[in-house]
Amino acid sequence: MAGRSRKYRVLIGKPGLDGHDRGAKILARALRDAGFEAVYTGIRRTADEIAAAAVQEDVSAVGLSSLSGAHLRLFPAVVEALKQRGAGDIPVLGGGVIPDEDLAALKQAGIVEVYTPGTPLAQVVEAFENACDRHQKGRSGK
Amino acid sequence: MNREDLLQGLKGRDPRAIARAISLVEDGDPLADAILGSLDESRIEQALVLGMTGPPGAGKSTLTDQIIAGYRARSQRIGVIAIDPSSAISGGAFLGDRIRMMRHALDSDVIVRSMATRGRLGGLCAAAGAAVRILASSGCSPVIIETVGVGQSEMDIIRLADVTTLVLAPGLGDDIQAMKAGLLEVADILVVNKADCVGAETLAMDMEAVARESRDKGGSTEVCMTVASEGRGIAELMQTVEALEKQYRQGGEHARRRQHAYDLEVLDWALELLRPELLEKIAKSGSNRTGDPRLKAAGILRQI
Amino acid sequence: MAEHPKAREWEEKVLKKSLHRFPERKEKFTHHGGEEVPRVACPESIDAPYVEKLGFPGQYPFTRGVQPTMYRGRFWTMRQYAGFSNAAESNKRYRYLLEHGTTGLSVAFDLPTQIGYDSDDPMSVGEVGKVGVAIDSLADMEVLFDRIPLDTVSTSMTINASASVLLAMYVAVAEKQGVPGEKIQGTIQNDILKEYVARGTYIFPPRPSLRIITDIFQWCSKHTPAFNTISISGYHIREAGSTAVQEVAFTLANGIAYVQAALDAGMELDSFARRLSFFFNASSDLLEEVAKFRAARRLWARIMKERFSAAKPSSMMLRFHTQTAGNTLTAQQIDNNVVRVTLQALAAVLGGTQSLHTNSRDEALALPTEDSVRTALRTQQVIAYESGVGDSVDPLAGSYFIEQLTDGIEAQASELIDTIDRAGGVVAAIEDGFVQRQIENSAYDYQQEIERGERVVVGVNQFQTDEKVRPPLLRIDPEVERAQVQRLKALRESRDNGQVQAALAKLGEAARSEANLMPAILEAVRSYATLGEICRVMRDAFGEFRDAG
Repeated sequence: MAGRSRKYRVLIGKPGLDGHDRGAKILARALRDAGFEAVYTGIRRTADEIAAAAVQEDVSAVGLSSLSGAHLRLFPAVVEALKQRGAGDIPVLGGGVIPDEDLAALKQAGIVEVYTPGTPLAQVVEAFENACDRHQKGRSGK
Repeated sequence: MNREDLLQGLKGRDPRAIARAISLVEDGDPLADAILGSLDESRIEQALVLGMTGPPGAGKSTLTDQIIAGYRARSQRIGVIAIDPSSAISGGAFLGDRIRMMRHALDSDVIVRSMATRGRLGGLCAAAGAAVRILASSGCSPVIIETVGVGQSEMDIIRLADVTTLVLAPGLGDDIQAMKAGLLEVADILVVNKADCVGAETLAMDMEAVARESRDKGGSTEVCMTVASEGRGIAELMQTVEALEKQYRQGGEHARRRQHAYDLEVLDWALELLRPELLEKIAKSGSNRTGDPRLKAAGILRQI
Repeated sequence: MAEHPKAREWEEKVLKKSLHRFPERKEKFTHHGGEEVPRVACPESIDAPYVEKLGFPGQYPFTRGVQPTMYRGRFWTMRQYAGFSNAAESNKRYRYLLEHGTTGLSVAFDLPTQIGYDSDDPMSVGEVGKVGVAIDSLADMEVLFDRIPLDTVSTSMTINASASVLLAMYVAVAEKQGVPGEKIQGTIQNDILKEYVARGTYIFPPRPSLRIITDIFQWCSKHTPAFNTISISGYHIREAGSTAVQEVAFTLANGIAYVQAALDAGMELDSFARRLSFFFNASSDLLEEVAKFRAARRLWARIMKERFSAAKPSSMMLRFHTQTAGNTLTAQQIDNNVVRVTLQALAAVLGGTQSLHTNSRDEALALPTEDSVRTALRTQQVIAYESGVGDSVDPLAGSYFIEQLTDGIEAQASELIDTIDRAGGVVAAIEDGFVQRQIENSAYDYQQEIERGERVVVGVNQFQTDEKVRPPLLRIDPEVERAQVQRLKALRESRDNGQVQAALAKLGEAARSEANLMPAILEAVRSYATLGEICRVMRDAFGEFRDAG
């Protein structure tokens, strides 16, 4: 991607038992087509497995998808698991069937952005771009 | 993570430091020299570097997953570098190999790293070689390099391995024909995966013929049968790998391969390191198109 | 009806018998003004190609429908998929639906139940009672069907990997109501192959999964002969992003694998073929969907007759349930979803579905509220009672457009099935990831068309409005999970644990032998062994399948 010296690496994970991975896979491919290196974990992962993979892959952002209504439990659990592994700096974004009234709770728990069905992919990709930018800046600042 | 934390972390096998180190080297960060200079050379020498290649759908990742389980049963620490192609258009990549290895995600002695080819002419060998060295230095042995066997850069990567397995499965006919010429030559072990499926016997017979031909020419190609999805044939495959490694180490083949890999990496790094200066010189030489490009290149090189 | 020997033969042999057994809803179907609606409109002159391709309803190749009079006899079953939180709440919703004219139940289970985990399993955290009802043991199942007579109500259960256990629980509840196995009616989804490619609620690897399925076929053919033992589902394949052609091809390819597995297990084709049912998606391309249903019916009939040499017509009939396409629902301007669902439901009815679920308008946001579920049901009732499309059988037949499309879908799907056959069958094609890649590519291409604005989604990429008011949504109280875990704990303390252990040990033995698993599962269920305990025994015996990406 023009204007970016380094490749952004991101991880797309599906926490919980929800098997609907159409959205997650489409997003991972859209990120690839926008110049990202997107690692995909597959379905039915625990929060800790996703965090461990994010650390090993040294990603600059983690995207989570859940369509089963378990997001209030599972998304914050990933944020927490990242912290436990010393990777609390990696921003977490979320998407899925998520009612508006849950947004505040998710933001409170450290999810930086939340997207619902119908959001243009370009907008989600841009959010990953921004999250990665901020993450890289934070790193070089140290 | 600053320089000291990073180097300390590497020594202490901190997963975050290892992962950072691979990225920094891959991205050509100034810290790369310090990282690579701090590695444990004796561990790198002792580690087994195992290449796994084969067409998509043959079951490489599932086989890798089973091999990980096999080595973990013996408490060996393992590294995996899973290489996927970058998109030629966007430069991005979809890295999905670790999906099949996720059951080891919480095992701190299994380090899986996905890497994209990034469309580098060279450079991939340098990056993958450095990742191998970082993982081996952190105590991983074997370090498995997994890659789809297409394209020149992937072929080169396989040359980083001490022992290379080519994973094939029945029902993938056309792909195998296309690959025969190249990869069959570099493979030490021909794995017929999905050995319980229709067509496996025919494939195995074909592979036996290839192996005989190789042995007639002084090679030591072996054939193994596996059903990776059920864990069958894995122990035999691991034994074959180890026997070959031992044979190569004793017979000098190991040293010859390591030397070849070393030279490849040096060449790759030299070109990588030269690239910025070359680009600068080309830019400085102005926008005129006088003279043949080759002559111009020779002129620029004389200035360095 | 045109004069043709075949037409007369159909009238004499098929129609008369059917009318005698199942009289039509009305003596005479008329438009406003009294003009009569024809039962089955046919071309002026019936020729051999017509008979070969379309034939007559209720007759091979069943292009025009599986029954001679279709909805003139009886409307499709209006079956709304529902279930959430705990058994008591779901039971209330079922009784509400039955009171409002729904004619069959369709049970949605939560994900832990579908994947064989108890509510107190660490894997279940956050998922209990979310997308369906949590069932841990027979005790929950007793509550779920409390005051619902299982001898008259037919129940469809969306359950796959753990279908054997839930079926056993259903049989056990019926027993307690005094209803023998022969009298229970309904369907278990029991279609594991599509779980590997599209829906994700698998537990075991494909081969032991196929064994469990054939065990169910065999056991049910003896003990619950009126129960449909599988619902071979294209719905989720389509939801995952496939095209209409891929939906037909992959679904029928899975069907072929199940038939082959049952034959390999020694079953007689005509003894189980009529208990196979299908489940398709009704998406927004109205005419393509109508053609899809007709093509699927014809292709399956030919497969059963030519490939498997089925003898009985009932073995060749593709009977199917339909659900409108969940992935077309938008979170924006949700009332538009009612219109989408209407069009999709119309496609299903024009395509000759046997039962139908219509989605609710708020499902892109959360589980549906009671109000929106009622509107979804009313949509079906308007189509049935007001639109008149059910008064004539297969009313779009003979349209150049529909017939060409039907032929095209059949040909392309047939070609794709051939490709799968060459790759070693559908199980090999799934293990290779061939099927998954095909679906993913279609899904991605479709999404790209939306992103580029080439495909308009009203209210999403065109005709947007600023929405301030949010609709009321159904929330699952997190308390549900805690209470369910408590209930489970109490059960474990009150039951006869010696009996449970003995039953589980027997199940383990059965799993490691060639014996049919159902009797051992039934015994474990009756002892109040939990779903998770039963599935643990089978996990140990069969291993677990992991996502292949």
